[in-house]
Amino acid sequence: MTDSPLPKVDPFKQHLQRRQRVGRVWGRVFYLCNFVAILTLIALFFNIINNAFGYVATSYQRAPSTLSDTPLETLDKAGLAAILQKEAPKKLRVLIRDTLSRVSKEEFSKLPLSAVLNGSVLTPDVANLKVSEISDDQAVKILIDNMDQVGLYNAVMSQIVEPTILQSWPLFESLTQRDTIAAQIKENYPDAEMVFRSWVNSTFLQNTVSSYAISAGLRTALIGTLLVITITSLFAFPLGIGSALYLEEYASDNWLNRLIETNIRNLAGVPSIIYGMLGLTVFVRLLAPITSGAIFGVTDTDGRTILSAGLTLGLVILPVIIISAQEAIRAVPPSIREASYGLGATKLQTIVRTVLPTAMPGILTGIILSLSRAIGETAPLIVVGASTFITIDPNGPFSKFTVVPIQIFQWTSKPQQEFRNTAAAAIVVLMVVLVILNSFAIMLRNRYTRRLGS
Amino acid sequence: MSDQASLALSIEHMSVYYGSKLAVSDVTIPIKEKHITAFIGPSGCGKSTVLRSINRMNDLIPGARVEGTINYQGQNLYDPHVDPVEVRRRIGMVFQKPNPFPKSIYDNVAYGPRLLGITQKNKLDEIVERSLRGAALWDEVKSDLKKSGFALSGGQQQRLCIARTIAIEPDVILMDEPCASLDPIATQRIEQLMREELRDYTIVIVTHNMQQAQRASDYTCFFSIRKDETVVGQEKRWGVLIEYAKTEDLFNAPESMETADYIAGRFG
Repeated sequence: MTDSPLPKVDPFKQHLQRRQRVGRVWGRVFYLCNFVAILTLIALFFNIINNAFGYVATSYQRAPSTLSDTPLETLDKAGLAAILQKEAPKKLRVLIRDTLSRVSKEEFSKLPLSAVLNGSVLTPDVANLKVSEISDDQAVKILIDNMDQVGLYNAVMSQIVEPTILQSWPLFESLTQRDTIAAQIKENYPDAEMVFRSWVNSTFLQNTVSSYAISAGLRTALIGTLLVITITSLFAFPLGIGSALYLEEYASDNWLNRLIETNIRNLAGVPSIIYGMLGLTVFVRLLAPITSGAIFGVTDTDGRTILSAGLTLGLVILPVIIISAQEAIRAVPPSIREASYGLGATKLQTIVRTVLPTAMPGILTGIILSLSRAIGETAPLIVVGASTFITIDPNGPFSKFTVVPIQIFQWTSKPQQEFRNTAAAAIVVLMVVLVILNSFAIMLRNRYTRRLGS
Repeated sequence: MSDQASLALSIEHMSVYYGSKLAVSDVTIPIKEKHITAFIGPSGCGKSTVLRSINRMNDLIPGARVEGTINYQGQNLYDPHVDPVEVRRRIGMVFQKPNPFPKSIYDNVAYGPRLLGITQKNKLDEIVERSLRGAALWDEVKSDLKKSGFALSGGQQQRLCIARTIAIEPDVILMDEPCASLDPIATQRIEQLMREELRDYTIVIVTHNMQQAQRASDYTCFFSIRKDETVVGQEKRWGVLIEYAKTEDLFNAPESMETADYIAGRFG
């Protein structure tokens, strides 16, 4: 090579440096993606926690400390009823009507108690009297016999104490600007008390909905969610796994089966509200005799029941379960299938003893993901007929219902800031339920993975 | 080694098709009972196909078709009334790459007996020990039978697969290149197994290793490939049996030129 005035550069080395540099840059990009994702998660988590705890300015019509020396929620039924009798004797009968009456308002005052309070516990001396004829003592006894401690506590709070939350502050502010808040309260609400409130508390879980944020609770919605998810699981898991087994193990590779598979994959991407519409037409209306329980003798409801909701949600997650189960089954190496057949196993034996146990971790992962999705589904359940204001706990597949995401949605739509707090508290509860469910499924999956020993 | 040894199997004029493609053409082989027969030949000559036809493993491949008969204990294995599951119970198979189940050693060996409905623990314990001894693996694993099958070395895994196969007491054991993925020491161990612990079984072994065939087998079949290149773009290849003889005869005095060429390493 002739001498050249240009500097000698090794082209390979130059290219190598460039390749390494590009690699480093992309490494940083991927790190950034991860960082942004984690940041978003933290922001979400922080926002929820922020709204679920904080200082509130509460004022009472009658402060609880003036009613009893011990905190009200620790009193027993007799103690609470005594307070009711002493402080609000006129409201006793109204209370009986609101909580125990089975008839309309007009009939309530005209008929004897045994007819009006059908199903309640009544001592013989009051059974034939009308509500206007009973004494205060007898009224109190009726309340003690038929209401539980939570109900009486709520009655005392709503009829006598009548707390109002005048303003609430988020957690971060509460922790860092305590004095500012105290000053604000002194200035704007001179009669109010400053209390640190955890919006997630036991009364929150025990109460049902109310127009007052302070006594609003998640009980009805939570029971609704748990019942709906149970039906969804019982419906979708066996059906999905069985379907995947057929597609992977039994179906031959012809155009029809390939068409079916493609359609199932497409169904996984359909917006869930469309499943809601399908559920409305098929489960709520068409199959109303079954879903309302009419066939089984339940007559007081239409098709908008937990059963319809559970089946609709089951349809929503069915394609996802089929797909993930299929992938898991497909991932089982053909070599161990051959080994099983080689030992004289039938197809069913091979599936049950080798394929399914090996595919279980993957199938369980699909189930975990589907469950998490199902718990948060809101739109299809609204379409299928979740009740907007329901105070009676659902007690079976044929009950009217609401679920936690819908409850959260309703609370966030209310104008008062305090309902945003209850919504945040509900989200915390929902996440805890989700973590518990997921942990259970992950524990199952770990047990299977450990047994496989690989 | 008597020539009058009875036949365990008799493959007669068997051809195997995958769909419309001919894979193996008109093979006739006697398999002598309690002896070791080796299949050798170049890649793609159909030896594995013939082997897998014996225990009807080809049934698992959609489109696979067999013409001709394989006679076993007076019964044609390809008779429509014959259940392949029953065939595989009597004719076991060890595969090229060890494929233990993702279960414990005990459960691997007990898999076969459990399929047949044996569930009592003491019976299974007995079968597991007998099979592991029969595969020369008992001493190495008896301390922890609950260990995963995957925790063993390659050679041990293959012996586990052999133990698994003999747990259901088959008459015939088919081995499809069982030492192909093993090191020489493990290979030696398995060959010793074939000569000693498994001497009461009828064994058919496919092998790429001619020295192994010479060392380990009593009879050898040499397969080769035939081609039809008349239609350009649609070359057809299929396997045929060239020669069957006692191993020492085949290697020392092969009848066919092709056999001689292959043995001498002139093609492979």
